[in-house]
Amino acid sequence: MEPLVIRGREALGKVTFIEHDNTEHVTEFEAGSTLMQVAVDNAIPGIDGDCGGECACGTCHMIVADEWFDKTGDTPGDDEEQMLSMTPERAKTSRLGCQIKTTEAMDGIIVYLPEFQM
Amino acid sequence: MVNTQKETTVIVGGGHAAGALMTTLLQKKYQNEVVLVGEEIHPPYQRPPLSKNYLAGDVGQDSLYLKPCSVYEVAGHQLRLGLRAEQIDRDKKIIRLSDQDTLKYGRLVLATGSHVRRLNAPGADLKGIHYLHDMADSDALREQLLPGKRLVIVGGGYIGLEVAATAVKKGLNVTVLEAAERLMQRVTGPEISSFFLAKHRDAGVDVCLNTAVIGFEADNQDRVAGVTLENGGTVPADIVLVSIGIMPETALAEAAGLPCDDGIVVDEYTCTGDPDILAIGDCTRHRNLFFEQPQRMESVANAVDQARTAAATLMGEDKPYDAAPWFWSNQYDVRLQMVGLSKDHDQRVVRGNPRDGSFAVFYMREGHLIAVDAVNLPMAFMVGKKLVYLRKRVSSEALSDVDVDLKSLV
Ligand SMILES: Cc1cc2nc3c(=O)[nH]c(=O)nc-3n(C[C@H](O)[C@H](O)[C@H](O)COP(=O)(O)OP(=O)(O)OC[C@H]3O[C@@H](n4cnc5c(N)ncnc54)[C@H](O)[C@@H]3O)c2cc1C
Ligand code: FES
Repeated sequence: MEPLVIRGREALGKVTFIEHDNTEHVTEFEAGSTLMQVAVDNAIPGIDGDCGGECACGTCHMIVADEWFDKTGDTPGDDEEQMLSMTPERAKTSRLGCQIKTTEAMDGIIVYLPEFQM
Repeated sequence: MVNTQKETTVIVGGGHAAGALMTTLLQKKYQNEVVLVGEEIHPPYQRPPLSKNYLAGDVGQDSLYLKPCSVYEVAGHQLRLGLRAEQIDRDKKIIRLSDQDTLKYGRLVLATGSHVRRLNAPGADLKGIHYLHDMADSDALREQLLPGKRLVIVGGGYIGLEVAATAVKKGLNVTVLEAAERLMQRVTGPEISSFFLAKHRDAGVDVCLNTAVIGFEADNQDRVAGVTLENGGTVPADIVLVSIGIMPETALAEAAGLPCDDGIVVDEYTCTGDPDILAIGDCTRHRNLFFEQPQRMESVANAVDQARTAAATLMGEDKPYDAAPWFWSNQYDVRLQMVGLSKDHDQRVVRGNPRDGSFAVFYMREGHLIAVDAVNLPMAFMVGKKLVYLRKRVSSEALSDVDVDLKSLV
């Protein structure tokens, strides 16, 4: 899939989203966005992001590839931890995509998407 | 029978439901051409920030858009914005637009949303009286939110209260006038109402309950200067926000002879009485298998869930609407998350202590959990999403005992 230009800001790097059936989507991301917004902007199946990034819905669960987890910044905050606690496909590197701000260090990041959102 | 020919699918309305439908159709690689007709000049955007961080000025316009326009266009779909659908000709399967153009449809999806309920009282047309429904309203209100001004909010529902929180933080003198005996009465129980009442009063908002508004007073330039109360008093005001609810936007459907009953009537597949016309979002009175009775909802969750149901229906899948409704509201440092509908409960169980700023209310009916309101307690909301959907029978002792792990109840 061709990378799409997003909200008209400068691209910072690339992210690969891998759906539960192994379909890959490579897209560009820009500064000041979140991985949830990047996925939603590009209509990647498997991410809903229903609350628009308020950490209020739990429908933007992503599993960061082990080797990239450190690059996503902080470990989940307490709210995020609680929001993830019931996620059926919970993994060690699970995050809410809306709580991961994109940075240059994330260029090349690989993220797995669950089959179901909450 | 589902029509598999490649006809154009037209979506009328450019709000959250319409945007979510476009998204789902993109994700599912829907093969028909889709044309969205929206009266606002904006591509589909989210309204929740209009009373929260967008009103506060913390986030910009582009963060409201569900997607950049280019994404829809890359997929070959069209957005026709700034245009109103004026009439549906169901025999010819044509809609007439405000620029006199016509559009032929194979399937038509109505996502016309709602309009605000206006206060019908003397002086209601004065300058300085605001309503809050779209981006332009939020922009107009933000311009007026200057420190020291007196803002009077008519209606203590969640939108009015979110604006109160935003405005008091900006240094305005804020008064909330609520006709009922408690805040957010329509959507929540007394514990949550009391918690938010205390929160707003602590922040310096003057909240008046049991206070009905009967009119407005003007200054000598036809600007609002005060709000007159049924009990005889007047509250001086520089700015007024009237936030007393919405009405479903059904005029187009009604004129086309589609069944309406305080909302366009649709079944659990989002189908109206006409097999080629669907309707989704705030404008519908709909079946949701989760409920016995048809419902009308005003929430993002309903807009997106019905949009996903409609996408499935358009693609010939058998996926009825079957979901527990959920909702959130942000006021100050408090996030309220709700799941289910609490209004028919016969028992309430509180977990945690409201004084700690983090607690939940569980609403039961005949021993089954029907709704949860969680205040800064996301775990209770997430567990609630599961238990409420299953209408699980749970022990009230376990729910209220903070030593019992909520997860163990699922
Ligand atoms: C200030 C505010 C705060 C909110 N906060 C929350 C919240 O925290 N959580 C939550 O869950 N929900 C919230 N909501 C409610 C939520 O935004 C709505 O439920 C949701 O937007 C409904 O989506 P919709 O597409 O059905 O309607 P809308 O988003 O209202 O969109 C309908 C669109 O259709 C257009 N239209 C109507 N008729 C025609 C026509 N004939 N031709 C062309 N276009 C037409 C309208 O111009 C409008 O743009 C909030 C709403 C507001 C106003
Ligand atoms: S988008 Fe809702 S929690 Fe992330």
